[in-house]
Amino acid sequence: MQITRTQSVLAHVTLIVSILVIAFPVFFALITSTHSFQESFSFPPKFHVGSHLLENYRTAWERVNLGRLLFNSTLISVAVSAGKILLSLLAAFAFTYFGDFRGKTTFFILILITHMLPLPIRIVPTFELVEDFGWMNTYYALTIPFFASATGTLLFRQFFLTVPNDLADAARMDGAGPMKFLWKILVPLSKTNMLALFMIEFIYMWNQYLWPLIVTHTDDMRVVQIGLKMLLAGEEQAAEWNVIMAGTILAMLPPLIILLILQGSFVKGFAMRQEK
Amino acid sequence: MESRFPNKILPYLLVMPSLLVVLVFLIVPSIQSFYLSLFRVSPFGNVLIFKGLQNFIHLFQDPAYLNSLIRSFFFTGFIVVVGLSISLGLAVLANLPLAGVDIYRTALIWPFALSPAVAGTIWALLVDPSTGPITYFVQLATGLRLNWMTNGDLALLIVTVAATWKMLGYNVIFFLAGLQNVPKELLEAAHMDGAGSFRRFWNVTFPLLSPTTFFLFIMNSLYGFFEVFGLIDVMTKGGPGKATDLLVYKLYEDGFVNFRTGYASAQSIVLFVFVAILTILQFRFAGKKVFYR
Repeated sequence: MQITRTQSVLAHVTLIVSILVIAFPVFFALITSTHSFQESFSFPPKFHVGSHLLENYRTAWERVNLGRLLFNSTLISVAVSAGKILLSLLAAFAFTYFGDFRGKTTFFILILITHMLPLPIRIVPTFELVEDFGWMNTYYALTIPFFASATGTLLFRQFFLTVPNDLADAARMDGAGPMKFLWKILVPLSKTNMLALFMIEFIYMWNQYLWPLIVTHTDDMRVVQIGLKMLLAGEEQAAEWNVIMAGTILAMLPPLIILLILQGSFVKGFAMRQEK
Repeated sequence: MESRFPNKILPYLLVMPSLLVVLVFLIVPSIQSFYLSLFRVSPFGNVLIFKGLQNFIHLFQDPAYLNSLIRSFFFTGFIVVVGLSISLGLAVLANLPLAGVDIYRTALIWPFALSPAVAGTIWALLVDPSTGPITYFVQLATGLRLNWMTNGDLALLIVTVAATWKMLGYNVIFFLAGLQNVPKELLEAAHMDGAGSFRRFWNVTFPLLSPTTFFLFIMNSLYGFFEVFGLIDVMTKGGPGKATDLLVYKLYEDGFVNFRTGYASAQSIVLFVFVAILTILQFRFAGKKVFYR
């Protein structure tokens, strides 16, 4: 569809202005993370780039042990994404390649129902359960309860349904068992979907706050989101925004990088299929 | 469905890991929430006193809970209405055949990667009463010195704007994907019939986009009710007064600060009712859309 020159100019201008407005908060956070305390504390606020970048990042890093927090966040995000991909891949395979085995519909509904049960609905009993397991303040508590994925199961199931049946039949003729077919044929074909799922689940897990807050209590088990709370603590009077923003930038960087790398797969492998 | 691999045991083994996690960490605890909501639980959890529906009656007579309910509905309603309108507008523009459109798209979707806690921390900086740039701009424009740490309604508005901002990227991604599924031929045909760009959008694109819009309505509602704890915790801790004491924050405080387990569980069940309503809507709608597709 053609658009007129005026329309095109108008669209460009609106988009550029909107993008600048949307980016302003992060832009200002970045600027602040280069300021000295005096600069970050001035009114009117300063919009120039300061010279205290390294110093602020070092201070933030040391103040709340950011290295450890970033390590924990990375570990649980990678573990949960991998766990969700693996478990939902296996479940989706069962749902598409083994006919109508007994209990199939019930199992499918049970897995889908997890969409209806966000953490706040079951927070007290889940917390008590993890306590009974002796998992308080461990990586088990931070990962295992997240391993099931309705989204992943649906995504892979939908994708498997589009894979021609001849492939499975040919594999069987060649004497390949179901597991070999899954690993050698289906997994390579599902690469885009897996990357898309990895992106969503990594970001989802990296950004978890409430659950890590209640199941961990020592500084070495905290995640980087809780690090923000720690940086802000006791800052009611005169917040050291330069240091806090250095920590904030570090906390947002890993999921942002993952998004920029994988956004293509995400749109192809997930968003385009979502409402079909 | 025909079985491609005749194997009686394998499908059960394949489903088992997912099923185990779902049952142990999701379904059983949810049922326990129902059970606990009928009791008063002593602070150490060792004594349970049956209360029937008392917790629920108490809940809806509690001004603090009703306050939390109203403020959560404002918060979520704003995210849905304002957030989706802005996102749709931006997605429509970024779907036009413009030079550099890929760069625009990327520049619109990245806020998706930010966490609610990150959004909260950055917005706390922007509206800091003594140093924030937004405080400064507002003062330049109106002469007013805003202090959201003392003005409850302002605080609610600010956490709401911060939460909406964070969701823009997610919404734009799905609207863009939805727009790319709108058949070009239909738009061409409408163009031939003399429909202007506004008519084409309103009569062709928008109805065809309704599955996406509805999906995003559900996701944004769930976000507004369930996923904003971090944002509130870093920005306001429910204050000033109880102005930003949203449902999920109150639930946390009653359950994990005041140790009123039964009372907190009753709040969980009210939240479950919201999810159930949204889910039913989703199923009804998903059934209908087949009609005109």
